[in-house]
Amino acid sequence: MTKLKINGETHTIDVDPDMPLLWAIRDIIGFTGTKFGCGKGFCGACMVLMNGNAVNSCQLPVSAVGDNELITVEGQTENLQLLQKSWAEHNVPQCGFCQSGQLITATALLNGNSNPSDEDINNAMVRNICRCGTYPRIKKAINHSVELKNKG
Amino acid sequence: MKNVKNVSRRSFLKGLGLASGGLIIASGTTLFIGCEPKEVVEFNPNLFVQLNSDGNLILVASRSEMGQGVRTSLTSVIADEMEADWDRVSIKQAVGDVKYGDQNTDGSKSVRLLYEEMRKIGAATKAVLIAAAAKKWEVPASELKAENHFVISNSGKKIGFGELVEIAKTIEVPKDVVLKDPKDFKFIGKYLPSKDVENLSNGSAVFGLDKRLDNMKFAAIKRCPVTFGTVKSFDKTEALKIAGVIDVVEIPRVEKPFGPLGGVAVVATNTWAAFKGKEALKVEWDFGANANYDTEEYMKQITANVQKKGKVAKTVGNVDSAFKSATKTIESTYQLPHLVHTPMEVPNAVVWVQENTCEVWAPTQEPQRTRTEVSAFLETDEKNVTVNVTFLGGGFGRKSKPDYVVEAAAVSKAINAPVQVVWSREDDIQHGYYHTIAAQYMKGSLDKDGKVTGWLHRFALPSIASTFAPGTVDPAPFEAASATNVPFEIPNMQVETGEAPAHVRIGWMRSVINIPHGFAINVFADELANEAGVDPLEFRLNLIGSDRIEDTKNEYKYDTARLKHVLKQAAKNADWGKKLPEGHAMGLAVHYSFLSYVASVVEVSVVNNKVKVHNIHSVIDCGLAVNKNTITAQMEGAAIFGMSLAFYGKITAKDGAIEQTNFGDYQMLRMPQAPNIHIEIVENNEKPTGVGEPGVPVIAPAIVNAIFKATGNRYRTLPLKDYKLV
Repeated sequence: MTKLKINGETHTIDVDPDMPLLWAIRDIIGFTGTKFGCGKGFCGACMVLMNGNAVNSCQLPVSAVGDNELITVEGQTENLQLLQKSWAEHNVPQCGFCQSGQLITATALLNGNSNPSDEDINNAMVRNICRCGTYPRIKKAINHSVELKNKG
Repeated sequence: MKNVKNVSRRSFLKGLGLASGGLIIASGTTLFIGCEPKEVVEFNPNLFVQLNSDGNLILVASRSEMGQGVRTSLTSVIADEMEADWDRVSIKQAVGDVKYGDQNTDGSKSVRLLYEEMRKIGAATKAVLIAAAAKKWEVPASELKAENHFVISNSGKKIGFGELVEIAKTIEVPKDVVLKDPKDFKFIGKYLPSKDVENLSNGSAVFGLDKRLDNMKFAAIKRCPVTFGTVKSFDKTEALKIAGVIDVVEIPRVEKPFGPLGGVAVVATNTWAAFKGKEALKVEWDFGANANYDTEEYMKQITANVQKKGKVAKTVGNVDSAFKSATKTIESTYQLPHLVHTPMEVPNAVVWVQENTCEVWAPTQEPQRTRTEVSAFLETDEKNVTVNVTFLGGGFGRKSKPDYVVEAAAVSKAINAPVQVVWSREDDIQHGYYHTIAAQYMKGSLDKDGKVTGWLHRFALPSIASTFAPGTVDPAPFEAASATNVPFEIPNMQVETGEAPAHVRIGWMRSVINIPHGFAINVFADELANEAGVDPLEFRLNLIGSDRIEDTKNEYKYDTARLKHVLKQAAKNADWGKKLPEGHAMGLAVHYSFLSYVASVVEVSVVNNKVKVHNIHSVIDCGLAVNKNTITAQMEGAAIFGMSLAFYGKITAKDGAIEQTNFGDYQMLRMPQAPNIHIEIVENNEKPTGVGEPGVPVIAPAIVNAIFKATGNRYRTLPLKDYKLV
């Protein structure tokens, strides 16, 4: 049995310990906001927060999660909600499929850096692919969140 | 929502013991007079509109949402004509059914084809609501108007749309309607936000991959590495040892344009087990006729084909004599590789085949064709097949081809349970419908004044037609059109085509044939400008020449003034000719596709042989701009899409198999490379034309032209990573 703490709740699941966290979240527990994009850690669609940091859930076996707190795009955490508002404000999503991952990576960025520069944003967000090409709006939305945050 | 509301109201009334009627005063504010409160009543004047008596308005989107914003664009047109309150609108996605008209979400034509129809639907609904109020108040309809979900009389009386539902149901929907004066539009022509933005930002939007059913299984399919190869035999022993794997079944190849490739499916209780089972599965293949496909060799073959005279697709004047009498002639050959769509959401579908029915949940651009193909496969009537359209995690043309849905039908039928077939990213890249591979030869001549006297464009590329008629070696007429419609005032022009057999499935990808043609035409025009010693902007405007309407067969006229206008605007916005930092330069391209006019001016720098794109200024004239928010987003996305193919896009085949595997070797542009993108939408009231695709073809040639300006190096093949420029 594996215990996973996701969005503040503990889920006990009976799976192969090697199963990547992504599939445990999507197929076993049933939160489908976290996406499968490539299965190899290239695209970032599967990002979740582990103790506030963005990790590719397709690359992390459930056995490696341990007691760490996980937050998915459906979860509640200050910077995520702030970013979601900015995403709406700037009409970021096109198809929207990669946006869970984009939002999680951006949340982790703001968790570690309350005033990121353009370069910081690029360095963080380089992990996520958007095939629709929403990068300019993502960047604007992150900057907007930073402004809101620093206004208090 | 309707049930919740009813239940609460009814139980409240029952609690008072007064549910059978009479004068009831509830909550101090709501008044129910004279009759028993009823269920929410629905008014359905047509297939696209449902107005409920509580005022909620449900508008149907018949086209698939893949990021192009079509759900919002089309429904906002109905709402605008209806004078509805946009906040009261929710959007319902239509199932695949001919009753909705053409639902094929493809070719940048949803708004173009449905705009007028959606307006009429909205206007007719408004007319009925006004007539209902007229009847209720016993006044002439001419004394009433609709505004923000109310009908209002000249004398100041006001009634909500929802309250008119009962009467509206008794009124015939008019066939002839008066449309709004465009100056009164509230949503059309504005920057209206997407209705779906929140659901797409909090994980609640249901894509195909997110569909879940009780007892649903997951399946992964091993397909032959060579296109159209078949299964000789397979050994499922190792696959069945994987925990979670339930079954292994062979999937037939269906020899149709959108038929499954065939292969062996591993069915499991979760996706990961299905993927692992697929890896463990041993299959022996008969590779078939395409086993020797080698794109390097193939490129040599089609390049040779364009060095010799081909079939003439268009001729004006006499290019041969123009070349003979020219002061100068130049020749160039352009080579562009196969590409593949890679939508972020891989192909997938949930299908449940039951005894007499089949239900599908799929991210499909073509729900009706999906229904046709699935019912044909199951040998059942279409009426027994329901196709629910989920959100699409990108489409770009890949999801117009429902082979992956038929696969899921085959698996569901074989295992007698609902199943979700999930492609891996490797499957997506290695078993796609590929954008063509193209060789193009251009020859041009200049007279002593630097004026272009002759233009020859010869191309060879495997045709999309080969997917529909195997063995086709010549381009379809539409695949010549973007070369033959070039509106340059050159006295002698010829377009020729060479033969090019297909060895993979050729499909259409965002912008389709305009990618190779837009590239060769725009780069060659730049080469001619350089030979003539004239600024590329001035040269290009001269090439397009006088203001005129080109001879086109359809109602949309190709207007050279509009083409020149987008180019001039892009140049103006980019401040063409301004002094730039060392190593920086600008390049331009202009192209007409999907009936829209687009120009881009790109600013690059090349430092230590590395190219960086700093700015892209694109201008689109797509007629009346229905939703400027969406159009701007599509143009931004098109710039990124165009940069991805210019920088990295290359699919190669060796021994019949595609060599690329995932985003590691089939790369996409990422945020650090994304330039500043500036979009201008030309204001006019012409008929709306394409938006999703026409922003793409200009990007790669504009970049190549800018690099030439910066370095003097002309790159005639893509992608630029092959030159180590990125």
